Amino acid sequence: MSDSIGRMDELRLDVLREISNIGAGNAATSLSSLLGKAVGMSVSKVLPMPFNEIIEHVGGAERMILTVFVRIEGGISGNMLFAVDISDARALVRHMTGASEEEGFSEMGISVLNEVGNIVIGSYITAMSDFLGFELHPSVPSLAMDMAGAILAFCLSETGRSGDTALLIEGALSLDGGPISKEGASRLFLLPDPDSYNKMFTALGVPADANG
Amino acid sequence: MRTVRVGIAEAGVVTNPDSITTLGLGSCVGVTLYDDKRKIGGMVHVMLPSTELARGKDFNRSKFADSGVPDLVERMIRFGADRRRLVAKLAGGAQMFNVGGPGDSILKIGSRNTEACKRALASLDIPVISEDTGGSWGRTIVLFSDSGILEVRTIGRSKTQI
Repeated sequence: MSDSIGRMDELRLDVLREISNIGAGNAATSLSSLLGKAVGMSVSKVLPMPFNEIIEHVGGAERMILTVFVRIEGGISGNMLFAVDISDARALVRHMTGASEEEGFSEMGISVLNEVGNIVIGSYITAMSDFLGFELHPSVPSLAMDMAGAILAFCLSETGRSGDTALLIEGALSLDGGPISKEGASRLFLLPDPDSYNKMFTALGVPADANG
Repeated sequence: MRTVRVGIAEAGVVTNPDSITTLGLGSCVGVTLYDDKRKIGGMVHVMLPSTELARGKDFNRSKFADSGVPDLVERMIRFGADRRRLVAKLAGGAQMFNVGGPGDSILKIGSRNTEACKRALASLDIPVISEDTGGSWGRTIVLFSDSGILEVRTIGRSKTQI
């Protein structure tokens, strides 16, 4: 398999981690002013993982998650996903509207969550765009609440063209400002298309990856 | 009775009384094949429609419809299945998100996967006897080798057998 993504060196992984820290940091700031309270953030992770391990990492293929998806085109292309636990999603809606959602979500709840995802991802992309010096065009956001496997595998399909491994570039936010647990975190995933990695490195003065 | 689990871009074959499953199909398609007489069931979890999309020559054949489906047929024949008796069932091929605009061709990967799997099966003269494809939701499927029944589970919808 031509899995150059799985063989990326430390320097380049650090660069990607920094991009995620900058993006997720800006997202945390926006979310914090939207919610009017502190939002915690952990140092980003950059994990080269086979697709099936990524699904396990996110809690297993059948675990229900709520996600907002944005497709990025422009200087680089790829997918962004804001993924929250159902309990975090309920807490968000309660905080924003004052209404408790018991079974499923109301139209209002869904629209609030879509907007939160839009703001969080938008802030991430803005910060990334400034840092890289690229113009980036995000799509209209789209929300899905479904099995993690179904959502993640779709987001990985473009990466699937060049191998069976993806770099999971993950920033974690804690909506209540508390410590971030593996289970409870709201996460921001950046999944660049395979040919975008070298564009990101070159933009930051890091030589392109010969394997890429 | 054992249940064999097939991951993304993987394939497997089971014989009576075992079953075979794949979890959380979204835009991916689960293609199952069954030989009713020998009670042999096979499954491949297809992620992309065509090997033409692969970058590089050394790729995982189970990932693509046009290589994964014929490979599964060959594997079932090695297990003793008769090609003329094989029938197919399909599930998955959903469109998980809807954004419109420039990202749209990427978002339609689900329906492209379904069509490519059907084309691959047609070129091998294997009939598709039932399917649960499309929509915008994830699916978990289980193929029972004793009956050939394919069970489809989703979140928030009732379980079906096709």
